[in-house]
Amino acid sequence: MIYRSHVLICAGTGCTASKSADIEEALHKLLVEHGIDKEVKIVKTGCFGLCEKGPIMVIYPEGATYSKVTVKDVPEIVEEHLVKGRIVKRMLLGDKEARDVAKSLENVGFFSKQKRIALRNCGVINPENIDEYIAYDGYRALAKVLTGMKPQEVIDLIKKSGLRGRGGAGFPTGLKWQFAADAEGDQKYVCCNADEGDPGAFMDRSVLEGDPHTVLEAMTIAGYAIGANQGYIYVRAEYPIAVKRLNIAIEQAREYGLLGENIFGTAFSFDIDLRLGAGAFVCGEETALMTSIEGHRGEPRTRPPFPAVKGLFGKPTLLNNVETYANIPVIINKGPEWFTSIGTEKSKGTKVFAVGGKINNTGLVEIPMGTTLREVIYDIGGGIPNGKKFKAAQTGGPSGGCIPASHIDTPIDYDTLTALGSMMGSGGLIVMDEDNCMVDIAKFFLEFTVDESCGKCPPCRIGTKRMYEILEKITQGKGDESDIEKLEILADNIKKSALCGLGQTAPNPVLSTLQYFRDEYLAHVREKKCPAGVCKALVQYVIIEDKCKGCTLCAKKCPVGAISGELKKPHTIDISKCIKCGVCMESCKFKAIITQ
Amino acid sequence: MKSIKELEAIREKALKEIAVRDNENKTRIVVGMATCGIAAGARQVMNAFVEELNKRNIHSVNVTMTGCVGVCRFEPIAEVIETNGEKTTYVKLDAEKARRIVAEHIVNGRPVFEFTIGAAEK
Repeated sequence: MIYRSHVLICAGTGCTASKSADIEEALHKLLVEHGIDKEVKIVKTGCFGLCEKGPIMVIYPEGATYSKVTVKDVPEIVEEHLVKGRIVKRMLLGDKEARDVAKSLENVGFFSKQKRIALRNCGVINPENIDEYIAYDGYRALAKVLTGMKPQEVIDLIKKSGLRGRGGAGFPTGLKWQFAADAEGDQKYVCCNADEGDPGAFMDRSVLEGDPHTVLEAMTIAGYAIGANQGYIYVRAEYPIAVKRLNIAIEQAREYGLLGENIFGTAFSFDIDLRLGAGAFVCGEETALMTSIEGHRGEPRTRPPFPAVKGLFGKPTLLNNVETYANIPVIINKGPEWFTSIGTEKSKGTKVFAVGGKINNTGLVEIPMGTTLREVIYDIGGGIPNGKKFKAAQTGGPSGGCIPASHIDTPIDYDTLTALGSMMGSGGLIVMDEDNCMVDIAKFFLEFTVDESCGKCPPCRIGTKRMYEILEKITQGKGDESDIEKLEILADNIKKSALCGLGQTAPNPVLSTLQYFRDEYLAHVREKKCPAGVCKALVQYVIIEDKCKGCTLCAKKCPVGAISGELKKPHTIDISKCIKCGVCMESCKFKAIITQ
Repeated sequence: MKSIKELEAIREKALKEIAVRDNENKTRIVVGMATCGIAAGARQVMNAFVEELNKRNIHSVNVTMTGCVGVCRFEPIAEVIETNGEKTTYVKLDAEKARRIVAEHIVNGRPVFEFTIGAAEK
């Protein structure tokens, strides 16, 4: 069936949350009403990346991209664009001055500096239709590998590409495959780590939702390379859309014989099953993940033996992250030379980041390695809202650290981030401005690890808790300089003695904020002040007499009646009653209320 | 899936179905679909273009719509815009004429002069 027009609607988690399913329903109804449902096809796709502007709708052949679409906008889109061919300019995404032209996605500032390899099909294909994946070269790499390459040749090709693990640590992928291939065993497994747990990170979810077949194809290739016939995808149950699409994809691949016995008429057989995680952060750690697949409580164990030697069910196992797999089919199709031409000397290819926090274009971006933080924040991310000053960016989530404003021109790759005391991590990138307190940020991440520590080893179970208590003390203005010292000693001990990656990296947010923002810690303990005005115990709201016009607005808004004064005369805040909620400051039109 | 051939066949078929999403280096047929155009039968014209192109397995041409060009007395109007920017304006179209334009102009590269605005103005 050929349609004259395709309407692509984002059906990722972000846009679904902002009612893209209702939009689709309304659109379908109107297409039927106008008698054009046989001319216009609705295609549900994965994430376009620009979640801030969602729900996103793209109409072809014009390539018009509409942002922040609501159900109310649908009649106008149908009557104007789909019936009469007039693009609804007010809803077009892009720079205001360029709105008279129908712009394709690639021309919008947000996309122009990106290079989409892992996300190549997200927002382009219907993830629930294997044919569309095949149309964009899907399963070609698998065909090439199975019918024309020896397993060792596949491994050599991946080694040559310089691909490194996208889960965070950046271990060379080809080498990992080699270890698993060299290990002796009658049964081997290929696993996919889709237990994405960093606060604010959703790269893997978007790949699974937008392009599930790429993961299946890559895992099958990996199975051939290392000699495995069974794969497991460990995905969190909190990703219902991803789970649903993976199940559909597995069914379709089996139907086409792309999973199962004798794939492409060769002797190679491979199948994949899903295992759902309950959402424990520690299960993203490789040994805990495999323990969980085995049906036990998700706890890590000591390494060695490494999974490549003794992994799932005690057998040699290869474990890669979703994004790593998403790169494999493209590398095989286009060749390792193509891949090494992108990126920096030691970090090849691209990296997907989930950009959030104080940034205009919250969303998902894929950039070549070596792109600077400045480009990500200002050119792609559209800068900091409300003209505020950039302070730092946090990468690597609770295991990572921050990059201060002074290093904004650092090219992002594995090694530069490590040198700065942060890490690539799985790809969460949280932007902070002058209103963020760095001690508070460190406390936030530590609270997360305290919560998520599995409790197996004391350094992590007890140590992170003690660190959290010290931070709590500092943010309440009850700390002294010896507390900072204690933090550093504890951090060092935990790093050296914790059992797994979760504990070993848990002190990083504290260490890195101490490295770059020690003065903020000192202000908290010496002067009992929070420079950013975040830590409530250290903040006082006051009214500047000269600026107050006595409009009484703040007094009316104050929920506890702490503000008093006569009309047209300066008001005052009763500190003993004030609960420091900040409502008065937000409501004041004369900027007469400040924090001290 | 027993062979690469099988995969290629699925790929070819699927590519045709999604060809409309690719608009680079493609000839465009732009049909005027304002109130005047629709009243004069532009929808049938547009559908005839889509069907004929598909019947002939042509996927290097996109059919799109536009608003009122201003010469309402000539509706339905369609313009063929080639990749080099060359434009031919056809007027007073119907489904049959649309099919001829596909056959002669798109397939054989010979614009149908008798349907052009130049011929109608004489």
